[in-house]
Amino acid sequence: MKADPGFYDYWPYEGRPKITWPGGAKLAFWVAPNIEYYELDPPANPQRKAWPQPHPALPGYSIRDYGNRVGHVRQMDVLEKYGVRGSVSLSTALCDHHPEIIEMCAERNWEFFSHGIYNTRYTYGMSEEQERDMIRDSMESINKHTGQHCAGYLAPALSHSEKTLDLFAEAGTELAGNDAGFYTCDLFHDDQPTPISLRSNKQFVSIPYSLEMNDTIAYVVNKIEPRRYGQMLKDNFDRLYQEGAESGTVMCIPTHNYQVSCPHRLKAFEEALEYITGHSDVWVTTGRDIARHYIDNHYESSVDDIANRREVTTDGP
Amino acid sequence: MALDGSHLEYPHRSYGMDHERYDWSMLSKRKPVTWPGDSKLALWINVGMQFYPLNQQGKPFAVPGGMTMPYPDLRHFSLRDYGNRVGIYRFLQAFDRYGVKPTFAFNTELAERAPYLLQRIVERGDEIMCHGWNMDSLHYGGQSREEEETLVARSLDRLRELAGQPIQGWISPARNESENTPDILAANGIEYFCDWVNDDMPYAFNTGAGQLIAMPLSNELEDRFVIMNNLHSEQSWLEQVCDAGDFLLLEAQSAGGRILALNIHPWMLGQPHRIAKLEAALEYLTSLDGVWCASAGDIRAAWLAQQQSQ
Repeated sequence: MKADPGFYDYWPYEGRPKITWPGGAKLAFWVAPNIEYYELDPPANPQRKAWPQPHPALPGYSIRDYGNRVGHVRQMDVLEKYGVRGSVSLSTALCDHHPEIIEMCAERNWEFFSHGIYNTRYTYGMSEEQERDMIRDSMESINKHTGQHCAGYLAPALSHSEKTLDLFAEAGTELAGNDAGFYTCDLFHDDQPTPISLRSNKQFVSIPYSLEMNDTIAYVVNKIEPRRYGQMLKDNFDRLYQEGAESGTVMCIPTHNYQVSCPHRLKAFEEALEYITGHSDVWVTTGRDIARHYIDNHYESSVDDIANRREVTTDGP
Repeated sequence: MALDGSHLEYPHRSYGMDHERYDWSMLSKRKPVTWPGDSKLALWINVGMQFYPLNQQGKPFAVPGGMTMPYPDLRHFSLRDYGNRVGIYRFLQAFDRYGVKPTFAFNTELAERAPYLLQRIVERGDEIMCHGWNMDSLHYGGQSREEEETLVARSLDRLRELAGQPIQGWISPARNESENTPDILAANGIEYFCDWVNDDMPYAFNTGAGQLIAMPLSNELEDRFVIMNNLHSEQSWLEQVCDAGDFLLLEAQSAGGRILALNIHPWMLGQPHRIAKLEAALEYLTSLDGVWCASAGDIRAAWLAQQQSQ
């Protein structure tokens, strides 16, 4: 076990090379609807229980099923109204279970990225080969069902191994070279994209996927009131937009439609979207496009700057 | 050591659900429903009439809202009792003032222990459903079928006898079930149940003893969940209810009738500092155009009639 995962160096927020977004935008804004499938009776992972109650654990299972039966369509309508293309964090088994949802997302030209196969299958305890198989299966499913090459990864239920990011990048290379497997949402260390060091030396980037703005973290973990959540989204935007005048920032809202699309919560979310998209100089985009733009335009200068700062640290007075 | 190979096998990875209890169906794809009087939103107020035993066994878990202190936890026992002695009468006044038609989900043991209270509800003519035996008599996976059959039959038979009503609805204590619960309920004459929270409209649920209707009773908007679990303010509960009502009415304009189901408890909202929020919620909702105040059974019947006519 390591004290530090070794994916990135310390890289201070001040004094970095300036990030510019398309059209001179100050802030890149993306929404990541998690479209997930939770199994009613998954095999029990020795390190993490899927459900707190004995089988059948309907409190958790049935509210998540609500997201699929009721919620996604509601959020689709709202995102469409404000011109937001979703970047779907997908439990890829959902392509098999509920293909209608996939079709509706595809019709809207949404991005699909991998969130594993089921959100009840954890990475913990997998051998490297097992995890590679699972990741590759998930990426191939996206390709088979949508024609898209999977660019991003958010590990199922945020369950990781030390090799997760390496395996994802390598599976992407096998699938479609540099057109697949080039960004991760699993790290929460920054408000801007950052280069990630992998054993393959592939150009690979972490892009901000905020846990703090995540509706499940807000509602379930932090027990935030719906209207206050809406206000937090606006406040988060205001500060990142202000700082984006200096160097481009990223704001992400990760959502779950068993949370944000409940009738008593959607209004606050919609008001925040209206507020955010009502500003000029906001690049309303997808995870893939943010990562691609960063790799094509800012990756090298960032790597150089990080290397220079490392020298300052080691050779300094 | 690597995980057993079964962790990378997915036997249910195919179209539809990973179980046989109900069919996969998106709400947005269903035929719109019309409520009586061309109403848009059915308002279902569901009142939990509960008895929390002092000597709770907590098997297989301590029921939410139950005892948390070492025995005898007089504090929580008596505070729950307050709801049945005092809070409920504030509820009844509020219901009558705003003309809503509530449904009462009784723990059968409460009906037995407080005959005055049961009689008062019976005389109002409101619908009563069964909420199990008491809040510590949980239905859970791994419970023996025989034990659960006895529990269901005892709860239903006795409540039917005491209330003089057929009792067609069910909500499990803690909304928890075993793998057999739906089958046992259907075999005991239950027509609808409210444990599954995966929809905003009723849907058909398969059992080994015929079909049940799953009724959509929101857990996320329940007073206990919002105030006691999430620690939101009473004011926020009121706002959430109003926002939900507004949203569902708007959706109903294009998608067909919707249901706003509020699950409330006299030991929570019946408190002096909270009752005004319930009154404000009822005042707001009943002032909206197109709201139909109805019992769970009436909503189910109106929905079912339209399914059968399709």
